[in-house]
Amino acid sequence: MIIKLIIVVVLFAVTLGIAAYLTLMERKVAAWMQDRIGPDRAGPFGLLQPLADGGKMFFKEDFRPTNADKWLFIIGPGIAMFTSLITGAVIPWGPDLQLFGETISLQVADVNIGILFIMGAVSIGVYGIMIGGWASNNKFALFGAIRASSQMISYELAMGVSVITIVMMTGSLSMRDIVDQQHGFWQDGWFSWNVFKQPICFVVFLITALAECNRAPFDLPECESELIGGYHTEYGAMKLGFFLFAEYVNMFISCAVISALFFGGYNFPGMDYFSGNTLAILGTLVFFAKTFFFIFVFMWIRWTLPRFRYDQLMHIGWKKMIPIALINLLITGVVIAYTEGWFSKDKSNESASNAKIEQPLGVNTSPEKTKTGNSL
Amino acid sequence: MSDTPNNKSLFADETIDGQIATLNLGPTHPATHGIFQNVLTVDGEKILDSVQTVGYIHRAFEKLAERRPYNQITPITDRLNYCSSPINNMGWEMTMEKLIGVQVPKKVDYMRVIIMELARIADHLVCNSVIGVDTGALTGFTYMFQQREAIYELYEEVCGARLTTNIGRIGGFERDFSPTFHVKLKKFLKEFNKHFQEFDDLLLRNRIFMDRTIKAGPISAERALDYGFTGPNLRAAGVDYDVRVMTPYSSYEDFDFDIPVGTQGDTYDRFCVRQEEVRQSLRIIEQAYTNMPEGKHFSPDVPEFYLPPKADVYTKMEALIYHFKIVMGETPVPVGEVYHAVEGGNGELGFHLISDGGRTPYRLQFRRPCFIYYQAYPEMIKGQTISDAVLTLSSLNVIAGELDA
Repeated sequence: MIIKLIIVVVLFAVTLGIAAYLTLMERKVAAWMQDRIGPDRAGPFGLLQPLADGGKMFFKEDFRPTNADKWLFIIGPGIAMFTSLITGAVIPWGPDLQLFGETISLQVADVNIGILFIMGAVSIGVYGIMIGGWASNNKFALFGAIRASSQMISYELAMGVSVITIVMMTGSLSMRDIVDQQHGFWQDGWFSWNVFKQPICFVVFLITALAECNRAPFDLPECESELIGGYHTEYGAMKLGFFLFAEYVNMFISCAVISALFFGGYNFPGMDYFSGNTLAILGTLVFFAKTFFFIFVFMWIRWTLPRFRYDQLMHIGWKKMIPIALINLLITGVVIAYTEGWFSKDKSNESASNAKIEQPLGVNTSPEKTKTGNSL
Repeated sequence: MSDTPNNKSLFADETIDGQIATLNLGPTHPATHGIFQNVLTVDGEKILDSVQTVGYIHRAFEKLAERRPYNQITPITDRLNYCSSPINNMGWEMTMEKLIGVQVPKKVDYMRVIIMELARIADHLVCNSVIGVDTGALTGFTYMFQQREAIYELYEEVCGARLTTNIGRIGGFERDFSPTFHVKLKKFLKEFNKHFQEFDDLLLRNRIFMDRTIKAGPISAERALDYGFTGPNLRAAGVDYDVRVMTPYSSYEDFDFDIPVGTQGDTYDRFCVRQEEVRQSLRIIEQAYTNMPEGKHFSPDVPEFYLPPKADVYTKMEALIYHFKIVMGETPVPVGEVYHAVEGGNGELGFHLISDGGRTPYRLQFRRPCFIYYQAYPEMIKGQTISDAVLTLSSLNVIAGELDA
């Protein structure tokens, strides 16, 4: 119990610390891409910049517009911050650690519906933006809130469908199971990471994750050139800080989920040569490396691409992402059914393309599936 | 709603539930890049109607000019289109030269062409990179501002100032191009294209950028002519009108360059026309620089306007008198009425000057292209989304200083 509590506290601190330093990373990456220097005044290489920013946010006047709804105006950023922080609970940060004769799982809660928990928490997150935008009593904020909510709804569907595809393949909703099934790098004649088995699914998930995080090119809820600040136009001081912070926490969690679902989480090539605590530490480091790579990709995209228009965003969400995800789901279903032996009466009809897809899917290591395979 | 064929609405004309809202886009909104107000009537994101307010930074330049000696009007023109102030300065100087009937040496013409085309490049770079910013791509903006910085350094070499340049004098330049200017110009000509191509690659064929800008804020050639559009915005609509070619001034007839025209008159066409014009401007600069004639950097025929060298002022009687008259603004000019237009950064910048022979103009009117574009703005954004309205405004390159004068 104490250990779990420590993990919770550590995770909380690490998430907040990483989110704080992501602001610095974002500014440094942007500066690098734009041929600038970036923040370098506070501390060596600007390393104290997040502290300076945070301090500034805390000490600014806590301003509230006259006609804003008092409580909702406060609740908005609260919800945004809360939901973005709780998603980290189900992510497996590394292999089990052996300490003081006990096995410590580097995960706050290995709930058996881990993925559903993440999806649920993320969808609650939009309430923070909606409530905040509405309570500000500002039309630009309301526009931002409307855009945010419709964007979330549209892209959550495609995201959900692409997650279902992964769930169908692995047969589990638990994050730990999904990560464990991607053991190592090469298994049974194919890459073990899901990205090699489900590349389309990965692309759909990456795009929808960008949209869910309100990152460019999907940063319509707060696009500064049209809506000034979008949903946080009227916010200042730490309430604004909460919104911005929640965004970076969301980005961190999204990238962690991407690397867990598609890039093997803490698995890495040659992990079988290590064991015990070495493996746990290496695995955790690898997991963070993967996460930071995706964070970098997110930033790279933000500082390269223009943003969509509202109707184009809807168009892509409903007419491109969802059909692609659904077709991918259908194909995956057919292939799984094929490998499970539903069409086993006529084996000679095995087409070349099916065989090709069968190969990556034929890595199911769970005992009952192996049994089904043997019974053929 | 304009009945032009390419001004197509994105949505059905009816509102969904009859609920409309009023949205104030401006006066201080990041998209306006200056201070002017648009009161939009919106149904969701769709703009049903809009009312424009101008005059937030009206500084009464035309009235101010009536009280100022001719030499002192040049700094006022700086503050019109502050993205390309050298063009304004030189347009005014050429107007004055037209009024007092002086022919400047060929070398002055060529020097002016170099500076004016540099200013055009700077203006178009600002406009196009800001279109990028308004679509959300900030990086191209910083790339292009480095190149604009190089141009501003060139201004600095010529006149000492960067933004409000007050470059040149009536009758020529106050001094010849310095050796450093030549070095910096050569460097600029050598390196600019590479960086510009990078910016071009970043946006021109970018799918998202094209989706955003194509059909955003279109205007047909007829409507554009009706409104009195000129410059890149008219050329984007498909009319090949360019003051540099139609009524050549400052020896523009000596140079070989193309006039790019668009077809749709939308934001993307305006972007493309400006991109191509930058390349053509570069061609003109190269030609002007290689064929620069020998000669004086000022016209010796106008001693009553062109400030004599300080050494002469202390040693020669005439120079002292002219110096006194110019500084005190006591130079009389012939009675007359002239109109001179130059191809400004974003259209035909005209100076309509009426002189009654006194020390100041009787009346001076600036033909400000931005003012004209802004009149067409409500029609162009009707039926479009707020995002399109923002892009249209930045692609028209409406500059508050010129709009409100």
